[in-house]
Amino acid sequence: MSSQDDRDDPQSASRRNFNRGMAALPLIGMPTLALANAKFPTATVNTTKLAITDTEVTVGQLHSATGTMAISETGSIQAERLAIEQINAMGGVLGRQIKIIQEDGASDWPTFAEKSKKLLVNDRVAAVFGCWTSASRKAVLPVFEKENGMLYYPTFYEGLEQSKNVIYTGQEATQQIIWGLDWVQKEKNAKSFFLIGSDYIWPRTSNKIARKHIENFQKGKVVGEEYYPLGHTNFNSLINKIKVAKPDCVYAIVVGGSNVAFYKQMKAAGLTSDKQLLLTISVTEDELLGIGGENCNGFYACMKYFQSLDNANNKKFVDAFKAKYGAKAVIGDVTQAAYLGPWLWKATVEKAGSFDVDKVAAASPGIEFKSAPEGYVKIHENHHLWSKARIGQIQADGQFKMIAESPNLIEPNPFPKGYQ
Amino acid sequence: MDKLKKWLGTSDMAGIVVLALVVFVVLPGTVDIFRLNLVGKYLTYAFVAVGLVMLWGYGGILSLGQGVFFGLGGYCMAMFLKLEASDPISTKIQSTPGIPDFMDWNQITQLPIWWEPFRSLPFAILALLLVPTILAFIVGFAMFKRRVGGVYFAIITQAVALVLSVLIIGQQGYTGGVNGITDLKTMLGWDIRTDSAKYILYFANAVLLFGAIFACRAVQRSKLGTLLLAMRDKEDRVRFSGYDVANFKVFVFCLAAMLCGLGGAMFALQVGFMSPSFVGIVPSIEMVIFAAVGGRMSLVGAVYGTLLVNFGKTYFSETFPQLWLFLMAALFIGVVLAFPNGIAGLYESYVKPWLLKSKAPRDTGAPTAQVTPEATPATPPRTSAAPARALDSAPSGKQPDGVGPAVA
Repeated sequence: MSSQDDRDDPQSASRRNFNRGMAALPLIGMPTLALANAKFPTATVNTTKLAITDTEVTVGQLHSATGTMAISETGSIQAERLAIEQINAMGGVLGRQIKIIQEDGASDWPTFAEKSKKLLVNDRVAAVFGCWTSASRKAVLPVFEKENGMLYYPTFYEGLEQSKNVIYTGQEATQQIIWGLDWVQKEKNAKSFFLIGSDYIWPRTSNKIARKHIENFQKGKVVGEEYYPLGHTNFNSLINKIKVAKPDCVYAIVVGGSNVAFYKQMKAAGLTSDKQLLLTISVTEDELLGIGGENCNGFYACMKYFQSLDNANNKKFVDAFKAKYGAKAVIGDVTQAAYLGPWLWKATVEKAGSFDVDKVAAASPGIEFKSAPEGYVKIHENHHLWSKARIGQIQADGQFKMIAESPNLIEPNPFPKGYQ
Repeated sequence: MDKLKKWLGTSDMAGIVVLALVVFVVLPGTVDIFRLNLVGKYLTYAFVAVGLVMLWGYGGILSLGQGVFFGLGGYCMAMFLKLEASDPISTKIQSTPGIPDFMDWNQITQLPIWWEPFRSLPFAILALLLVPTILAFIVGFAMFKRRVGGVYFAIITQAVALVLSVLIIGQQGYTGGVNGITDLKTMLGWDIRTDSAKYILYFANAVLLFGAIFACRAVQRSKLGTLLLAMRDKEDRVRFSGYDVANFKVFVFCLAAMLCGLGGAMFALQVGFMSPSFVGIVPSIEMVIFAAVGGRMSLVGAVYGTLLVNFGKTYFSETFPQLWLFLMAALFIGVVLAFPNGIAGLYESYVKPWLLKSKAPRDTGAPTAQVTPEATPATPPRTSAAPARALDSAPSGKQPDGVGPAVA
């Protein structure tokens, strides 16, 4: 095949599709379709051979639908689908409906790498919404950088990373930690802290930042720091250590199933919220489903989003989510962050006037999303989001009551000076 | 045509030649580089499956911890590649430039002393072969000399897999923890992420795999192979004949471990990272399934089994992201119920007789006479596997004698 053929191909193919579309679609479809083609011809909005036709743009979705992480990632899968459905109902992106190719990472990091490559190389998707754990993101990152793809990553994480090919819609560590620690120091007069975490990169890095902040900036004291393997369920010795150390505040970054054991054993040992102040950055509404609100009510969590946030955007979002996934569905911080991904991508593509990854990456800084459920977000030059931090108190019904909110948007700073 | 058919039906080289055609000609000629890279990844698991044919099919030793050796080999290679990717210039954003990024995140400020030798490629290659072998020797020597075998040995290999994965995940400052060692870029300055590199690595991997198959075939055809079979079927008889059974077991366990290490290293090179998710119990069992589906008595079958299971995994998970695990389970259960001797058994009992039968009118030679009684065995897998083996070596003429009494 000559290069001449290559160049001619997209145009003739698009004309064919266009004609077929004209013939097949009912009359109502015609004006928008014709408009889209006239304004944004495929040849100009797609110069890098992505899977885009005159009527459709293909994106990938890469989460764990099976395996141990499925329970956490299901919320993100649902939120991204909801957002894409809503965008399609509004007419899509640059006049094109979004088509999703879903792949299963199966809670297995090498599988994530394989599937991301499949989405980028074989399916030529314009963007990928996906990943949850840091391990899965680390596994796919080299693929996205090599194949020049665009990943929208929803989870709050440890920072220390920044890539042209990733938009981080969750908080990096400093956005979640520093303001929350200042709040407990000022409002609850906490001076001594006991740091605990599951033993992997996110809790360890987060506690490192917390310790530096407590010791160097707050002039407080860290009276203990303990880590337990993922899935650990016996916290009795830890609880004894907490009882002996008598910290003003327990700072907990226990993740996943371990949470259930940890909070139940805290309660059994009598360390309830009237006797012990506890601040966590790893419990959302999703985890509360497992723990049971009655086992940890009164403790505090620092997040950017709670399902109970009282604003018009959030009401609309919660209603739509429940209408689609049932009245019992809960929405945690990460689920909301996942919902932002497709909307931010749409806004960026429209600003860039192109689906090309390089142009989308370049157009990303400064993109705003005013109807975000969490209020308002904006993409920073480092591809993270400006967002607020909020303190919620756990209620017995498994929801949070918002107690405090940072007055301003907090700047993302994945490589914080003085905290390394 | 008839000649070809007869050759296919009788020679045990035929299977290897057909597999070579598939791996070297058909696959590279028909699939694109992305899929070919996936095949390359599957073929690294085939080293484990080939090792398991020797260990389990011939030696009768079921190890449920082969992932340990695959992981060790992979980590040795990944450590070398990671050090090369962590030069001071590309890591200048870290608090301590020049060390791997995960060490920096874990507040380690100096490269641990046992990482230093991995700056050298020859050392890394030596290590990826010897570290798994030495561990296998220690475990094997401790177990087999005490005559621990069968299910107890399988449980101990599981324990080793668990211990090693906990160790790797726990020591994240030194090993990358649950994230593994990621973002591997170059080998001696050669970018392993380009398409041309993927082609070269694919073929290098395939050549090594065939090297492994021939090495194992040589072992099978030697006296040692006969002894392994005899030991599997009647260990006491071999012991009373004056052989030290434990030594043979240690040998075959070390051989399988070394093959795993080689596979792991090729995996790290082709996929560009290494993660503790290969070291644990589940992947180790999965590797046994590869060998079981392929047929645990057949080296070539093990490779086909690995390819089939992994193609199935990829295809089902791409097509039915929500249901694929059920389909995989159905595949395993179906194979085990319908063809207890795997794909190779299927070939032995259906394809081979057919190839020979069409030849029969003109040539009523010995092969047909040997095949027909064994083509319809209604015996349990353990004994029916042995006749298949006897058939394999029938042309060489002398081994059935060694095997015959042991089977009976």
